[in-house]
Amino acid sequence: MHELGIASSVLQAVKTEAARHAGTRPSKVGIRIGELAAIDQDSLRFCFDAITRETEFESLQLEIELCPRRHRCCDCAHEFVVQDYNFRCPQCASLDTQCISGDELELAFLEVEEYGTCTAGTKSTE
Amino acid sequence: MERVPLEQKVLSENDRVAAKLREKFQAHGIFCLNLISSPGSGKTSLLERTLESFSPRERVAVLTGDIQTENDAIRLRRFHFPVKQITTGGTCHLDARMIEKHLADWRLEDIDLLLIENVGNLVCPSSYDLGETAKVVVLSVPEGEDKPLKYPSIFFKSDLLVLNKIDLLPYVPFDIHAAADNARRIHPGIEIVKVSCLNRSGLHEWLMWLEQKRRAAKVVHQAVS
Repeated sequence: MHELGIASSVLQAVKTEAARHAGTRPSKVGIRIGELAAIDQDSLRFCFDAITRETEFESLQLEIELCPRRHRCCDCAHEFVVQDYNFRCPQCASLDTQCISGDELELAFLEVEEYGTCTAGTKSTE
Repeated sequence: MERVPLEQKVLSENDRVAAKLREKFQAHGIFCLNLISSPGSGKTSLLERTLESFSPRERVAVLTGDIQTENDAIRLRRFHFPVKQITTGGTCHLDARMIEKHLADWRLEDIDLLLIENVGNLVCPSSYDLGETAKVVVLSVPEGEDKPLKYPSIFFKSDLLVLNKIDLLPYVPFDIHAAADNARRIHPGIEIVKVSCLNRSGLHEWLMWLEQKRRAAKVVHQAVS
């Protein structure tokens, strides 16, 4: 239900960043969402479409990278993806492992195009 | 086409305000709790039992969030500590700005324990940092022991799990060991206390935990000041 707020924050960040790139328009924004971030990506896409529709950001694409939960072993420093809540280190079998990622809710990148450049789906000038 | 790296939190504005609040809390030696659960798990009841255990000299204040009504604040004001209701008017969580706004006319010098009761919701509040020292998640017996697996985020981010309504254990199929195991599968280091706000069992452990954390916050405060 809070995905609308998240979508608004993403759009706000796009506007702020886009203002720094005169003569361009933002075409794609990339975000990272961890599996522990409690964000539903379908709901986020729905909200993002709703708030950009019939605005200058209508053609702005949203790219979502889903990030799994990762742990680092405190004994052998091996890093691994946690599946099915199994926190045991696959390399040395230690149970002393720490979560190092998986709760991301981050902006990764913004792609901007110069005005006049053809957009995706049309003939490229490049 | 040019790709610009952004590398910032989506909620960076909320996080900025939360960091400011956290700094203020630390500067004043305030231990701040963000209490989160589904609606009806007993957050307000836990606060009632907590406030009634304090002597009137305790420097405690409460912010309580709901979508509508002043009902919770009315319940909590009976104990004569400062209480403010935050009605979000539809928003399903509290955010750092709401906390900042509602604290504006309180003297932080007069507080060393700030209890924030979030809007009843196991999902959204977990994304919004309020500047708290710790998050506490409340799970009640009738909700079922698989809640931690269904809503991992908040169990992952909480320091303490309060298992409430244990007086109902004889009447409902709830495996309390499975509930604790599930919470530890998500967050191996999570602490757990089992309480009943109705018959008051287990409340001593909860109050001990609170007291310990409060003292620790004070020690940090004295060490830096």
